[in-house]
Amino acid sequence: MSKTKIPNRNRMSPKKIAGNVFTYVLLVLIAILCAGPFIWLLLSSFRTGANIYDLHFSASQMSVSNYKGVVEYMDLGKYVGNTLIITIGGIAIDVIFSSLCAYPLATMEFKGKKIIFSILVATMIIPAAAGMIINYLTIAHMHLLNTMLGVILPGSVSTFSIILMRQAYLGVPQNLIDAAKIDGAGELTIWRKIMIPCIMPSVSTIIIFDFINNWNAFLWPIIVLQDPDKYPIATALQYLNGSFSYKFGYVAAGTIISIVPVLLVFMFCQKNYIEAVSGAVKG
Amino acid sequence: MGEKTKGQVMRTRRETAKAYLFMAPALIIVIVFTIVPIIGSLILMFFDYSVLGETRFVGLDNFTRAFHDKEFLIALKNSILFVVIVPVIQILSIFLALLVNRKLPGMNVFRTLFYIPVVTSMVAVSIIWGFIFDTNGVINTAFQEWGWIKMPLPFLDGKFSAMPCLMFITVWQGLGYYMMMYLAGLQSIPEELSDAARIDGANSIQTIFRIKIPLLKPYVWLCTLNSVISAIGVFDVVFVLTQGGPNNATMVINYYSYTKAFGDFQFGYAAAIGMIQAVITTIISIVVFVYGKKGGMNNDE
Repeated sequence: MSKTKIPNRNRMSPKKIAGNVFTYVLLVLIAILCAGPFIWLLLSSFRTGANIYDLHFSASQMSVSNYKGVVEYMDLGKYVGNTLIITIGGIAIDVIFSSLCAYPLATMEFKGKKIIFSILVATMIIPAAAGMIINYLTIAHMHLLNTMLGVILPGSVSTFSIILMRQAYLGVPQNLIDAAKIDGAGELTIWRKIMIPCIMPSVSTIIIFDFINNWNAFLWPIIVLQDPDKYPIATALQYLNGSFSYKFGYVAAGTIISIVPVLLVFMFCQKNYIEAVSGAVKG
Repeated sequence: MGEKTKGQVMRTRRETAKAYLFMAPALIIVIVFTIVPIIGSLILMFFDYSVLGETRFVGLDNFTRAFHDKEFLIALKNSILFVVIVPVIQILSIFLALLVNRKLPGMNVFRTLFYIPVVTSMVAVSIIWGFIFDTNGVINTAFQEWGWIKMPLPFLDGKFSAMPCLMFITVWQGLGYYMMMYLAGLQSIPEELSDAARIDGANSIQTIFRIKIPLLKPYVWLCTLNSVISAIGVFDVVFVLTQGGPNNATMVINYYSYTKAFGDFQFGYAAAIGMIQAVITTIISIVVFVYGKKGGMNNDE
């Protein structure tokens, strides 16, 4: 490159500046379209009395009374508690059982290994035409209708988690396992003390996925639970929105409360989560 | 020699037993709640089964009934119609991915903002858009105040507008997801390729259409496949916002099957409808896949 051009390299040409400004304008417009509805809901959740659709927001109208109302009169805390039980229970079962299941699939030689692995992969592709119906009948037969376990169990172990963790185990250096075996460690000790710490990144990916899925689940709980007092928050909102739709402020506040935990988890674990989502395409 | 083999056999046996002990808890759950439903629905669809009445084998009656069931045929038509969102969502998300792939400050903030709808529950999303599209909602209030309209627009209550509204919400929620997929694709394209094109005198639009989009093709087919499957299976947005109404304008197969099962307790019939949906999904997936293999994925995939 000739010397005269060097000073220009850091300065952008007017055309490039115009292009960048245009890009930002577009990005801001799309951001308003994507995040705008949430911001409007957030603002509305702090408004009291007046028509929620009134376009003129004023600071004097703002208060937290909708949040107080939805917690006190609609007992939102109870629904958040139910959601936590379902979410934490689902995550615990998935992480523990899937990581146990993936371990021999990655490290041991045994009869039927290939078949089991193929079946697990196949379940990710074959659609269960009436999955929910059969699961409902199974849960009914197990006398688990209207119980939290009935909500948690059917979706708890995901074959995706098993396959993801198997992949992670394969990356653990074999000599680490051999060394532990020479030291006389049993399989369970090896799994717990060596393998699990090595696959923590995958475990955290699964936790994030499961958290978002379980927290947002609403349909299966409606089917299994007859008692609305046991509803998780997404289901409760659907129910409240039907029965209390005239209490716009309460529904808005409840919706905000239901969104915030997922957004926090997503923002903190963004990098990990997005890598996993886009990694699924490549894999 | 013989003893050694015997020892080996013993070892393999012990290893196998250990392996199955490790796998048992997860496998039991997968078998009961994933594999049994796959097999069970294949059986259930040939039966007249409800919780209360007696169960009897009806052969293909559930299928014959489906194709004479007006409501089902409307649902079928609407579900297939819903697939029109696929090209829209794919083109928009490729465009978005190209936009956020530019190396400018603040891109991470925009990527996060575009992704927010994806992680939010469909119930929350539907409640928000319900407020916005309501006859007394945000849009109608604004338009009336600005004097653009005299009568409120029906949106979700309109026979012709309800479906486009649901499609809009689905596209709105899905954009960020596909954007991230395409972004991953774009970032896997070696920088030297675009640089080389630029040196050869290609402008940025030419680089996009001649270099980047062709290299994205494997991603396009995969995302399209994904998007077709979820379009035919659309459920949540219908369940929360319209329940198939007004007058079946937004009735789709998945929701119809749900109402037959958990509203009318006609489990056999619902299973048969589910199977029809699965078959249609599989056929369209195969078409997309074969077409993609032939026309698109011949670069390296």
